Amino acid sequence: MTRTLATARRVLQQLSHDRRSVALIVLMPSVLLLVFRYVYDSAPVVFDRVGPQMLGLFPLIIMFLITSVTMVRERTSGTLERLLTTPLQRGEFIGGYALAFGVAALVQSLVSSAVAIWWLGLDVEIPWAIVLFAILDAVLGTALGLLMSAFAATEFQAVQFMPLVVVPQILLCGLLQPRDMMPRVLEVISDVLPLSYATDAFSELATADGFNATMTRDLGLLLGFVVASIALASLTLRRRTA
Amino acid sequence: MMNLAIEVQGLRVVRGGNPVIPGLDVQIPRGSVTGLLGPSGCGKTTLIRSIAGVQVVKAGTVTVLGEPAGSPTNRGRVGYVTQASSVYSDLTVRQNLDYFAAIYGAAQSSVERVLEEVGLADRGDSLTGQLSGGQRTRVSLAAALLTDPEVYLLDEPTVGLDPVLRRDLWQLFNRLADEGRTLLVSSHVMDEAERCHQVLLMRDGGLIAHGSPDELRAQTGADDFEQAFLTLAERSAA
Repeated sequence: MTRTLATARRVLQQLSHDRRSVALIVLMPSVLLLVFRYVYDSAPVVFDRVGPQMLGLFPLIIMFLITSVTMVRERTSGTLERLLTTPLQRGEFIGGYALAFGVAALVQSLVSSAVAIWWLGLDVEIPWAIVLFAILDAVLGTALGLLMSAFAATEFQAVQFMPLVVVPQILLCGLLQPRDMMPRVLEVISDVLPLSYATDAFSELATADGFNATMTRDLGLLLGFVVASIALASLTLRRRTA
Repeated sequence: MMNLAIEVQGLRVVRGGNPVIPGLDVQIPRGSVTGLLGPSGCGKTTLIRSIAGVQVVKAGTVTVLGEPAGSPTNRGRVGYVTQASSVYSDLTVRQNLDYFAAIYGAAQSSVERVLEEVGLADRGDSLTGQLSGGQRTRVSLAAALLTDPEVYLLDEPTVGLDPVLRRDLWQLFNRLADEGRTLLVSSHVMDEAERCHQVLLMRDGGLIAHGSPDELRAQTGADDFEQAFLTLAERSAA
């Protein structure tokens, strides 16, 4: 546990030396939301309906990118190889990353949710659930980034995984078209993509009066995706390489 | 048997279809400094990686401190310093060492001790990425010193250092060996052979000589190691 915490602290220390990235992480979703809000200035109803989705989507994309690039850097700089010759366990290493970026995700989600609800006037009944799902989405982005970084040899490739991993999920998650109105094949594919359940939860949140059974199911499934991605990611850390 | 720190038998490593190490045997006694010398690309790093347990090997056994290389018990007892300084360039020197101390479960007080040992006591708060290459290498070395391991695997730790620092580091290596530690230090600077208890000369993935500096000189009749290497390389090619 101490080694997990030490790893999380180290990752956050690295981040803290990069002020510009900190500013981007904390503020970018809010700025994008602001733009989004005024795109639909003439139709505030649309913002109330789709705004919550964006609150979940932006952190997922940003955390996915940051995590996968950071992990590729760790793999290519030789530090990962070195760490794997120390008593540090693979689970502790991945756990440390998940924890560090989870903290970053928490800050990001608190800021963007506060901006959306109090400044941009997003009309939701249960704001704490919005924050909860936004954090979960950001952590999901981190978990997917940890996993996908194993397949990227360079930072250049890692960045290009974003359209590969995230864009299909945006197309299929039910944001553009309800999932049950898509062709059966696409619907089945969307069933196994985590963003579908995040979108589902945010759609519910936009209209529901309280935390309901659908949200509980979505919460459970998203947690499952996070745990599975993190577990798979730690399996991709090979002590011996060619 | 117990006075052997490292024992390599029939090691064969193939990378990208090429036999980088076709078949190699070597024994390294405890409490010694062994220099692994040879030109770039001769397989020094691959051999060190195999001993560290991070290299996929095709055949052969590598035993370190009586355990298979890379075994969980060895992870706290073997300090491996890669050729590229494997420390975080976006952390300060002290933040790097604090992290490695936490990983190894070493006392925080050891951070100041190792900063002193590698001559970076005044650079603790500098950003590692802003240091020179040689200074970064020493941060990397300092991280290995934290845990006081029984075996040090050091891949070109003195490359690019000024002669005074190089001498200081070799003194440190010899002091560690006097305290019973085992060091395997690679270098492509032949003259560094002089500072080792025994020397392994490597070429094209094989050992062309193994012995004390005096023995190698006697074998070749050469005064300097550049010349000794040439003689031995020609003999092994013939």
